Amino acid sequence: MFPEAFKYSVAKSVNHAIKWLLNTHGSAFDSFSSGILGLLLWVQGILVSIPWWAYIAFIAVMAWIATRKIIPVIVLAVLPVFIGMFGLWHLALETLALVITSVVIALAIGIPMGVLMAEAKYFAEFIKPVLDAMQTMPSFVYLIPAMMLFGLGKVPAVIATLIYALPPVMRLTCLGLQQVPKPVQEAALAYGATRWQLLKEVRIPLAMPSILAGVNQTTMMALAMVVIASMIGARGLGQEVLMAINRIDVGRGFEAGISIVIMGIVIDRITQGLAKRWDPNRK
Amino acid sequence: MAENVIDVKELWKVYSKKDIDLDVEDEEMIESLDSSSDSVVAVRDVTFSVKPGEVFIVMGLSGSGKSTLIRCLLRLVDISWGSVTINGQEVTAMNKKELTEFRRNQAAMVFQHYGLLPHRTVLENVSFGLKLRGVPKKERRERAREALKIVGLEKWDDYYPAALSGGMRQRVGIARALVVDTPLLLMDEPFSGLDPLIRREMQDELVRIQEEFHKTIFFVTHDLDEAMRLGDRMAVMRNGEIVQIGKPAEVFADPADDYVARFVQDKREEIRKTDEQMAALVAQSEEVVSDDVS
Repeated sequence: MFPEAFKYSVAKSVNHAIKWLLNTHGSAFDSFSSGILGLLLWVQGILVSIPWWAYIAFIAVMAWIATRKIIPVIVLAVLPVFIGMFGLWHLALETLALVITSVVIALAIGIPMGVLMAEAKYFAEFIKPVLDAMQTMPSFVYLIPAMMLFGLGKVPAVIATLIYALPPVMRLTCLGLQQVPKPVQEAALAYGATRWQLLKEVRIPLAMPSILAGVNQTTMMALAMVVIASMIGARGLGQEVLMAINRIDVGRGFEAGISIVIMGIVIDRITQGLAKRWDPNRK
Repeated sequence: MAENVIDVKELWKVYSKKDIDLDVEDEEMIESLDSSSDSVVAVRDVTFSVKPGEVFIVMGLSGSGKSTLIRCLLRLVDISWGSVTINGQEVTAMNKKELTEFRRNQAAMVFQHYGLLPHRTVLENVSFGLKLRGVPKKERRERAREALKIVGLEKWDDYYPAALSGGMRQRVGIARALVVDTPLLLMDEPFSGLDPLIRREMQDELVRIQEEFHKTIFFVTHDLDEAMRLGDRMAVMRNGEIVQIGKPAEVFADPADDYVARFVQDKREEIRKTDEQMAALVAQSEEVVSDDVS
């Protein structure tokens, strides 16, 4: 056994720290929380106001742009109809709103941070273990403090999703920038590119496939978080899954699960296809 | 006499894993750098100058430091010791801003691996240097078109580099260097990656361009034929040092040491064989003539 004398618990101090944060900066968290909620509800409002057939049309057009093949277009356009048939259309839109909001925030933070990681080595050394922690820490662990600080419902769900979904886009942005061929960068420097010009004209455009792969990964991971997010009261398809588990209703769980899978496939194929279109090595 | 375009004095470049403060007077230090596996002396005490309008060739085997030397001229690598002066400006004394200005206006470089931007069309690639300078779009497109005409690619302006052959890509690289209209052209083994026929064609092209524009050209190669065809003067490098400088014919006729001699040996062999064959042919035809007479 591990010696008793070395026993030391940080649980209490962590509890204290969260309580202290809550007591002293509670209002700041509240206003932050309402800001995110406002954004989320705005996104959701827009999504709900769009008729269902417009989604199908939009998906068909995007799939065409992305793949230029007729069969994928038909499959991708027909799949979401099943969500509506199961009576889960509105819940799916709520999930979509949650995913879009989280992904937009994740990209707004993640892409600049990824660029910073590639540009400043020391920052990268410092941030890498943090990213590892964000990805390996079981999400329930930060769900609790997120809930305490941001209240029940959608906002802690967005925060938790953000923590989980942010690392891939940061890592892939950084990786993409590091893999830009040296001869091309050297040529740009030889013609008098400044650091900023090099980044804007050469490195970011050439890193685009990797950055877009990061966007795709982040979106997929955000979608994977929706079931867990529903445990703290975020409505959506996850809630449906959760209820099916509680009632041991296999059929209902299957419908909700399949709906999540359909959303995943459609979003994945479209973002991947767009990433391919963006390949800088075109002819 | 006009001022030199390039003046390089006691240039040293040491690649090292550790930070070192090179002192070339310190012989012990140089010795330890030479023996250590953590450091390489890539350029060693190199001094030379290039006159206006001259085609100056640097020749050497791979690893002889010639690519590092050409990069030192633009400070694409940090210089360990010595001074580089180009067009009367001391490159080694410049701060970042001055260096950027200098690279934009004083010298243009052509690379062995082209270094073209794959996400930009041929025209955009050619006008890249002008874009960095902040030249308005319309003007830089016009000038890029003119440069493309010079290298014979005016119909390819809308293509991406991936659609072009190696020779055509290097033409784009040359057009990109011409369009910025700098007095000095740096060429780092520009034709080494091309097959022999295309290489020959590109060399002719360069001679033609040089006749028209009278640039000063600093040209790195490992190909003696190329050096003899293009060069006004050449320097032979070995292990970071310049072992001989002179007119290509002088180097060829009178190699300074074994290393240079081995370089020119193949070429001599070739010439000797051709001479023998010629002599045989002449002898044959003379026989025929004498047969006819008799």
